[in-house]
Amino acid sequence: MEVLHEGLGELVGWHDPDENREFVLHNKSRALKDKTMTASEAVASFVKNGDFIASGGFGHIRVSMNIIYEIIRQRKRDLTMAGKTAVHDLDLLVGNGCVNKVEAAYSFGHEVRGLSPASRRMVESGKCKVVAEISNAGYQWRFLAGMMGLPFIPSRNLMGTDTGKYSSCKVVKDPFSGKPINLIPAAYPDVAFIHVHRCDIFGNCQIDGIMVEDFELARCARKLIITTEEIIDNEVIRREPWHTAIPFYVVDGVVEQPFGSHPCELHGKYFFDEEHIAEWLSLSKTDEGVQAYAEKYIFGVSDFNDYLELCGGLKKIEFLVKREAMRVPLVTPWRK
Amino acid sequence: MENNTAAKYNMREFLAFTGAKLLEDGKSVFVGTGLPMIAGMLAQKTHAPHLLIIFEAGGVGPILPELPISVGQATTCYRGIAATSMHDVMSACQAGYIDYGFLGGAQIDMYGNINTTCIGDHAKPKTRLPGSGGANDIASFAHKTVIIAGGQSKRTFVSKVDFLTTPGYLSGPGAREKAGLPSNTGPYRVITQLALYGFDDKTKGMKLISLHPGVSLEEVKDNSSFDIIIPEKYGTSPVPTERDLEILRKDIDPTGMLIGK
Repeated sequence: MEVLHEGLGELVGWHDPDENREFVLHNKSRALKDKTMTASEAVASFVKNGDFIASGGFGHIRVSMNIIYEIIRQRKRDLTMAGKTAVHDLDLLVGNGCVNKVEAAYSFGHEVRGLSPASRRMVESGKCKVVAEISNAGYQWRFLAGMMGLPFIPSRNLMGTDTGKYSSCKVVKDPFSGKPINLIPAAYPDVAFIHVHRCDIFGNCQIDGIMVEDFELARCARKLIITTEEIIDNEVIRREPWHTAIPFYVVDGVVEQPFGSHPCELHGKYFFDEEHIAEWLSLSKTDEGVQAYAEKYIFGVSDFNDYLELCGGLKKIEFLVKREAMRVPLVTPWRK
Repeated sequence: MENNTAAKYNMREFLAFTGAKLLEDGKSVFVGTGLPMIAGMLAQKTHAPHLLIIFEAGGVGPILPELPISVGQATTCYRGIAATSMHDVMSACQAGYIDYGFLGGAQIDMYGNINTTCIGDHAKPKTRLPGSGGANDIASFAHKTVIIAGGQSKRTFVSKVDFLTTPGYLSGPGAREKAGLPSNTGPYRVITQLALYGFDDKTKGMKLISLHPGVSLEEVKDNSSFDIIIPEKYGTSPVPTERDLEILRKDIDPTGMLIGK
């Protein structure tokens, strides 16, 4: 195939498909075994300094915050992160110095809440590098190619733009249509963490609401930590197997943590904690504020349940549950 | 009457209203975060009750109960027809199912190319912006792309974008097809605080369609670093009715998080 353009971006997390099959053969167990562990154990066992990491969900939706805080608590360093509409998770990890390289589709912003002071400061001061650009569909399809065990997947976006030019894609002449076609390289994150509504002790997961790109991410990640609102019996999975979003054989660790996405939303369960997000957006305007936040909410608590207490405990949780059901009005404290 | 000039409105309300007017019932629209969401909601609550709204994270065909903060939250599939995935909706977009793509933009040029990545040098930016998000995809795939660029000025209507995040007509006629983008796609309308624009069929340059009430031609020209094509005939943009404003303020954005208060 004739290569027409080659992206200048760093090729992050790509492996030869045979090399990855070898990895899967030796490292992904097909045996049904109990994978339950604590967040602390999961991060200590699976996240290494220098890893390429990807966080599930989307923006402030169904994010495994329990694991994000634990990565900061264990002071992991030199991580590269998939900026696949990574918002609050990425902002905290970049702001706290854990992530210093990002492949950006949508990063450094909090959607309508505004831009991210902490992670933008790190990029603008050169402490965090954007090593490649891509789009949301582009990232999604990096995971799709990985999940399919392919070296790349063709697409018709990104071409003609600087987003494409600074990506790790290549544009070739399509041998069928004769038109230029973009080749998106597969991505195999070293470790991914995905929060789900429920799963069994083996890691068979059910997700309510949109899947975003977790169907693909779960299946291409080399190691996968699942955090779950609740552990359910395997019988529940087997009764309605069509509800299984993620099968156990791609899962490496299962961490049970109710309200484990806080301050992010979980479809049908609880709403964004806008007060908490506003506090972060306000504090993170300075390096001292970032430190103060981490001292208070991450290093100053022993675990996620302690953190939830600090955020307002049951009273706050009740409010967030009611807000998700639209039984109480929206608050937007981050508004200037 | 449609035009009720007695109605008092702010600029963001006007932008949302102008965006909503472009959307047709029985068509599909892929909405990005911010004002595009309000425009889609207003259209759904007025002239286009069966507008098929699609969100990039997987929400398909919701009847939006309140203004979402995020394009991924549960309300983006509230009473919808499907809660799927990014792969599903982006594939539908690439395959041609999306009539309108609806985006916001920081910097825009005469061909409707958008920058939402950085101001200044990419390696060491003066200002780092979020990046493409789904914008590059939507503007590559949707049959018609609508862009809301609220603050038109010489700084935002630029002769060359610092970073071409999202494709308009690239360098002019035929450039999209030559690059490999799907044929017969591209920017359709640009809405600013001053005017509504389209694109010239021949040159693909931005062209005035209508001035907003009270805006002069000079203001439009003075607030652009490139020459906007001014046709012999151009109109005055319609204004929202009291009813439109009531829906915007009471039903859609009661906290004023996007339209202000």
